[in-house]
Amino acid sequence: MDAPRLTVRQLGCERDHRMLFENLDFSARNGEIWQVTGANGAGKTTLLRILVGLHGFYQGRVEWSSPLPPLLLYLGHQPGVREELTARENLEYNRALSGQTGDPDAALAALDLYGFEDVPAGRLSAGQQRRIALARLWLDGKDVWILDEPFTAIDQQGVAALDQRLRQAAAQGVLVIYTSHHRVGDGVHRLHLGEDREVAR
Amino acid sequence: MSAPTLGAVWRASLRRELTLIWRSPADIVQPLFFFVVVVSLFPLALSPKPALLALVAPGAVWVAALLAVMLSLDGLFRRDQESGALDLLLTAPVVSVVPVAAKLLAHWLLTGLPLALIAPLLGYMLQLPVAVLDTLMVSVLLGTPTLTVVGAIGAALTVGLNRGGILLAVLVLPLYVPVLVFGAGVVRTALDGLPTGGLLAVLGAILALAVSLGPVAVALGLRISAGD
Repeated sequence: MDAPRLTVRQLGCERDHRMLFENLDFSARNGEIWQVTGANGAGKTTLLRILVGLHGFYQGRVEWSSPLPPLLLYLGHQPGVREELTARENLEYNRALSGQTGDPDAALAALDLYGFEDVPAGRLSAGQQRRIALARLWLDGKDVWILDEPFTAIDQQGVAALDQRLRQAAAQGVLVIYTSHHRVGDGVHRLHLGEDREVAR
Repeated sequence: MSAPTLGAVWRASLRRELTLIWRSPADIVQPLFFFVVVVSLFPLALSPKPALLALVAPGAVWVAALLAVMLSLDGLFRRDQESGALDLLLTAPVVSVVPVAAKLLAHWLLTGLPLALIAPLLGYMLQLPVAVLDTLMVSVLLGTPTLTVVGAIGAALTVGLNRGGILLAVLVLPLYVPVLVFGAGVVRTALDGLPTGGLLAVLGAILALAVSLGPVAVALGLRISAGD
């Protein structure tokens, strides 16, 4: 088996004099899907922000086997979609910024946004804005996906399509780490934050 | 694995930022309107005597321009932060200086440059001799980019705060003083009929310093703001 892509050792984070989590140990490899679960306020978003390097106040070690930014596809808690820009403009900017490749229109079509490419995102629903952000998953060129609540505001069909896309990517060797309250599917590694913390396989 | 070229990021960022400001015209009109209104109040408040107005004109125009730029900066990164776009910028595989610099250039082109273009008109209104108006315009042209960049450092550091406006002013106004002193000073010098080349060169030197180091400081400020 190849070396882990991500190794987390003794990770702890304190926020407002409260320990969010401590002594967190896990390692993740290419082609794995990790779901981070936990109650509201358990520190799921903070954990992801630590992993991508946005949050610098923590104890312990987070080690990536190679520099993360060229590999990383990060979707934060907010979708990162500006309301003044159209769906296509948002996606094209994010594609250029992250250096992804692929056809933006095809990606938008895959998320049922065909016909909405030139509509300002502010005129679309919350779910559709979310879909604009998720369209990046249908572009190419990233090997580590870190997604904060990707299923939020997405309808059932969209959830199924997204779930399928995550599995398809993992099968191609992408490491997927996401937070969600949705049920855990088969073959998904689960990392639970909170009092009854566990790392299940 | 893929990383974009700096040129591609620069072009995409510049196009995005110009589109964003262009689609919210209030961001362009507001500083300009503020600038014109504040300067127009001086003749009403002081006295319409030409000699007196010409005396206060350099200071009045410069203080108004400085405040107009500062007001325009409060929201510079806010909507990017609220929408999550800032996090994407900070995790992108390019040095964040490049998209940040594109943002500052776009912001200056659509807010600072109009101030410089209209400044001669306001100077004329305040009875400045026509021979001095070009110096006024050049000084505002050289000064506003510095004001934008330095103010953006404050905006980056206060982006996470709900009411960062007053803190931004406290942080940034002391740093604006040299630009104000030399900017208004160069117009007064021209008014006295003395050569202005040296003072304009000082303004240019401050501009070069701000433009070369400022975006780095802005990018670092954004990273600090994102970290907590």
